[in-house]
Amino acid sequence: MPLEAYIALSAVLFATGAAGVLLRRNPLVMFMAVELMLNAANLAFTAFARARNALDGQIFALFVVAVAAAEVVVGLAIIVAIFRRRASIDVDEISTLRG
Amino acid sequence: MERTAPDYAALVLLLPALGFLASALLGRWLPRAVVALVACGAIGVAFVAGLSVTMQMAALPAAERAQRLVLWPWIFAGDFRVSLGFLLDPLSLFMVLVVTGVGFLIHVYAVGYMHGDPGFGRFFAYMNLFVLAMLVLVLADNVLLLMVGWGGVGLCSYLLIAFWFERPEAADAGLKAFVVNAIGDVGLMLAALLLYGRIGALDYATVLSQAPQALDQRAATLVALFLLVAAVAKSAQLPLHVWLPDAMAGPTPVSALIHAATMVTAGVYLIVRLHPLFVLAPEVLALAATLGALTAFFAATLGLVQTNIKRVMAYSTVSQLGYMFLAVGLASFSAGMFHLMTHAFYKALLFLAGGAVIHALGGEEDLRKMGGLRQRLPVTYWSFLVGTIALSGVLPFSGFFSKEEILSAALAGPRANPLLGLLALATAGVTAAYIFRALLMAFHRPPDEPEHARHAHEAPPVMALPTLALVALAALGGLVQVPGVSHAVEGWLEPVFAKAHADVVPPFSPWVTALSWLVALAGLAVAWRVYAPPAKEAPRVPSGLYRLLANGYYVEALYSAVFVRPFRALARGLGERVDRGVVDATLDGIGQRLADLSRGLRWVQSGYARSYALAMLLGTVVLLWYLLWK
Repeated sequence: MPLEAYIALSAVLFATGAAGVLLRRNPLVMFMAVELMLNAANLAFTAFARARNALDGQIFALFVVAVAAAEVVVGLAIIVAIFRRRASIDVDEISTLRG
Repeated sequence: MERTAPDYAALVLLLPALGFLASALLGRWLPRAVVALVACGAIGVAFVAGLSVTMQMAALPAAERAQRLVLWPWIFAGDFRVSLGFLLDPLSLFMVLVVTGVGFLIHVYAVGYMHGDPGFGRFFAYMNLFVLAMLVLVLADNVLLLMVGWGGVGLCSYLLIAFWFERPEAADAGLKAFVVNAIGDVGLMLAALLLYGRIGALDYATVLSQAPQALDQRAATLVALFLLVAAVAKSAQLPLHVWLPDAMAGPTPVSALIHAATMVTAGVYLIVRLHPLFVLAPEVLALAATLGALTAFFAATLGLVQTNIKRVMAYSTVSQLGYMFLAVGLASFSAGMFHLMTHAFYKALLFLAGGAVIHALGGEEDLRKMGGLRQRLPVTYWSFLVGTIALSGVLPFSGFFSKEEILSAALAGPRANPLLGLLALATAGVTAAYIFRALLMAFHRPPDEPEHARHAHEAPPVMALPTLALVALAALGGLVQVPGVSHAVEGWLEPVFAKAHADVVPPFSPWVTALSWLVALAGLAVAWRVYAPPAKEAPRVPSGLYRLLANGYYVEALYSAVFVRPFRALARGLGERVDRGVVDATLDGIGQRLADLSRGLRWVQSGYARSYALAMLLGTVVLLWYLLWK
């Protein structure tokens, strides 16, 4: 498969993820959308790495996976904490830091 | 090991320093008896050490009675070299003995006077620090170290005048003393700078030996004039006398120690110590004599109308310091120092006895509310009487001999100045009148408020004993120098003046003695005539004259109008216009602009996570756009 196909798929996945983050109000769904964006980036990384016949892109992808796991841990913990306090996890209701 | 004089001399300085540290750091936790013992012990042992140094010095031949004790190099920067050095010579040891001797007696007295005061430890810390600063002042062997002591005694004076700082008048008086003394400090600083500029050194030996060559007439006059300003401010002479009467707001032992016996005489000491500089500028010396005689007379007349017993004695101190200035102004330096010593004795005595009266009446200082205390306070009465007679200059009490020398110098000496002499003679009469008036009002006159006197009680032994020691000194202290019999002070100080042959020893003249006796007796008679027991109401003085005296010749009013009020107005103007109008307005404006800006940008922080995400996305897109297609 040509490189362009991978990049196109990656772009579609990223746009889908970004739209999900912007449009959905459920933080769990937003997290999934964020994961979609991260993995779109991973796809691009590995595709380019393969095309250039180098390993650095794949290593980047591994880092992204690790960081994403950590981010999800923290994010889910926050969501659980908020849910316990307010019995609601609509992100638009959590706007007490408005200036 | 054989102890030499300088070692004990270091002890003289070390003990008050340790006493100060002990009282200052631990005074709050130590029992009062320990604080009192340490504070008095430090000064007492310092006196004994000073005495032993003096004895050793006296055993030396006269030419060797000047030893330097250099503790450390202090400031060594290029050509500028000053050591932490002390000079032991007859003059400095004379002052050491007066300061520690009278200081010790007053410290002991203060143990009784201040007992029960919540600031007991603080008081003795300040007192010991004062003695230390005064000793540094008199023992310094260079002008810079002298200035350290000079500033130190000024600081302690401020701290002790304002000791009861919760009273506004005490705090104000302390501030006033500090500000007026600052004028003198500037004078001393200018003199030191000029000396260093011309001579390139600040130690007495170099300065005094090279001054005749290094200073031209103009520079010599300027240096002497600046030094005179310093001396006038410290010794409360005309026209800078205004701080001393107010300084009586401090506790009475402070008035006795600092504002009668020791610190205020620092001006006289300064002139005597640096007399070769003044000899180079005879006009300045003449000015000192004139100021002294004028101060002596005017301050004495002010003493006639004071109603506060301590203010009577404050003006008396100013007046007696005027006598000393007159003496040193006529180049009779040893006569001035002799009067300094006898004055320290009898004025400290008057203050301690007066303090006992105040103590007995529970803090009452108004002469009009005293009276009839002779029976209630016999010991205090007799002590005060001795001080009165010594101050009036009646044979054979101490004041007689020293005042006699000054009057002789002014009327019959080689530098006699009849005008100043007559002024000094008149002062002798006024002196006798005002102090006898105070005595009659406090002890003889029937009291206006008998209630007051009924509760009066004699001072405890810790106060009475030092007073009695001063009674002996005030009565007999003058006998060390009797015309034609002995000349202990003059002989002891002679090596200091030997090099320049500067000291003019006044001749003994019987007619001056007779005259001063008559004048003093006339003063006593006038006071008796007006204030003798039956008299109750105030005497009739022409009201214009009375008002003039009661207002201190309007000097205070003049200073208030010329300096204080314009300065306050200036400060207020600066505060309102410049500080609030410019400085505050600028800062407030910056803050206001920032607040406005922030308010304008508030909407950005919507609190909605998704709008932040959108902003991030758009930002990233714009950035990428820019990077890829720029």
